[in-house]
Amino acid sequence: MSLADMYPQEVKAIFAKYPVKRSAVMPLLYLAQREGGYITKESMAEIARMLDLDVTEVASIVGFYTLYHDEKAGKYRMQVCNDLPCALRGADKFLDALCQNLGVKVGETTPDGMVTVEAVMCLAACDKAPMFQLQDGDKVTYYENMTVDRTMELVEALRVSGHAKEMK
Amino acid sequence: MSHFILRHRDIPDINNIEVYKKNGGFENFKKVVTSMQPQQVVDEVKASGLRGRGGAGFPTGVKWSFLPNNIWPHYVVCNADESEPGTFKDREIMESNPFQFLEGVAIACYAVGAQEGYVYLRGEFQQVQLFLDDCILQMEKAGALGDNLFGSSYSLRLKTHLGAGAYICGEETALLESIEGKRGQPRVRPPFPALVGLYSKPTVINNVETLTNLPFIIEKGAGWYKSLGTEKSAGIKIFSLSGNVNKPGNYELPLGTTFRELLYTHGGGIPDGRKLRAIMPAGASSSIIRVDDSTFDKVMDTPMDYENVQSVGSLLGSASVIVIDDTHSMDWVIDKTVHFFKHESCGKCTPCRDGNYWMLHIIDRIHHGQGTNADLQLLKNVATQVNGKCLCALGDFSTMAVTSALERFPEDFAAVVKADGK
Repeated sequence: MSLADMYPQEVKAIFAKYPVKRSAVMPLLYLAQREGGYITKESMAEIARMLDLDVTEVASIVGFYTLYHDEKAGKYRMQVCNDLPCALRGADKFLDALCQNLGVKVGETTPDGMVTVEAVMCLAACDKAPMFQLQDGDKVTYYENMTVDRTMELVEALRVSGHAKEMK
Repeated sequence: MSHFILRHRDIPDINNIEVYKKNGGFENFKKVVTSMQPQQVVDEVKASGLRGRGGAGFPTGVKWSFLPNNIWPHYVVCNADESEPGTFKDREIMESNPFQFLEGVAIACYAVGAQEGYVYLRGEFQQVQLFLDDCILQMEKAGALGDNLFGSSYSLRLKTHLGAGAYICGEETALLESIEGKRGQPRVRPPFPALVGLYSKPTVINNVETLTNLPFIIEKGAGWYKSLGTEKSAGIKIFSLSGNVNKPGNYELPLGTTFRELLYTHGGGIPDGRKLRAIMPAGASSSIIRVDDSTFDKVMDTPMDYENVQSVGSLLGSASVIVIDDTHSMDWVIDKTVHFFKHESCGKCTPCRDGNYWMLHIIDRIHHGQGTNADLQLLKNVATQVNGKCLCALGDFSTMAVTSALERFPEDFAAVVKADGK
């Protein structure tokens, strides 16, 4: 189904927001990613048609920004920051231990398809490391001051309920 | 000291619009719209000595005065793309004191005659965007945004735009490209955004913290603001303290506060009795300050302002102070920073794109004990060749930690390289 059919109100609001049509490309890409967690070739083609752009141009925007994905992964992308400030507070050890507990390597997905663990660049939460964000389609939630135990609890809750709970 | 930017620390519910209004909320925006000419607002902010808090430290009022009066419309864009490793102040402001921030955006819009303002948030701040959109709606309902504000002929709309994960979009022309629906790659300057900015129109781009200062400058006056801080670095600043300290976090302090006060009085010192080894005062793009027995007091007594940090071989930047203790080796530190910049290089300029690719290969090799003395020289050469040869500052930023670490911590590298020819 096309984006225009699936999200008619939102598409309309996005187009109304900007004085120049092309500015709609980023919000539309988020919309395209909402259901499956990645952007299909069909969605890129539809967005290109809507904005009078070349598909290649839309694809280049998908490729440029790290929060857009063109391949399927786990339902949740668990993106752990292990940049310098977080690493000084033990983020590398946290990431290693987390991977061991989940039985995956960085970049891999748990066998049940729930969680893909990724190492990412700075998330602007350096004082609350170890931390990660959970990306679910077009939604991003922060989890800060985390331990491996609390993260495993969260993963368990995701498996049971199928959606993320707040952990402050 | 009471807070002016992190005001939620004194008034916890200030992110509720009613509480904000009870505490003088929107009165300063009303004051400028109903009783001041835009030029008077520009002059007041110029006189206050406020400088850009995003890192470059450019005088805010001067930046505003570059917009021409014969090309319209004008735009104000707030840079909320905070992504420098070590920086985490803007998110706290937007989440906890959103109305003062948005009132600041509104005052800036009025000062430059913009009727439309954008807040560009990094993609990871998706929840912050939802929250700010709601705050903007509440301001519209309260008559603080919209048409014919406070009975005047002035109208203003604010919008948020969400990025999608790219450090480079904090560079102001890359940010504009991103709002325009393009890859976030810096533009060739000139022309500068003040003349040809968003949608090719005159545009002012200011950081979140910079704008959040404005309501208080209007309320209490330029003279009051200038009385805080030092002569050349007026006002207050949020210092983001991270790394090996007991109490990391944001601290709102006058510019010119010493490293000692930040690290020890506020930050609680270094954990587990370990020794301070290095400080990066401007995040991952800092030159690394070496701290040892002979330099400890000099560094600790250095006032953190735009001028004095240079005296210990670095810059204040966005005041993202990363503290490194003596359990860490500098080859590891710059392996981390180069990894970051290699990932975040937008690919437009060859020296930055290829330079960072090679710097990462070389430092990886050195860090893993496979490098030689010749590799140290090669790393230095590549860093030197990147510096000053790119369209934006990211290229230069990527080399700061590398060259300063090689120069100031030679023993760390000597310890991990193999003898040449083996």
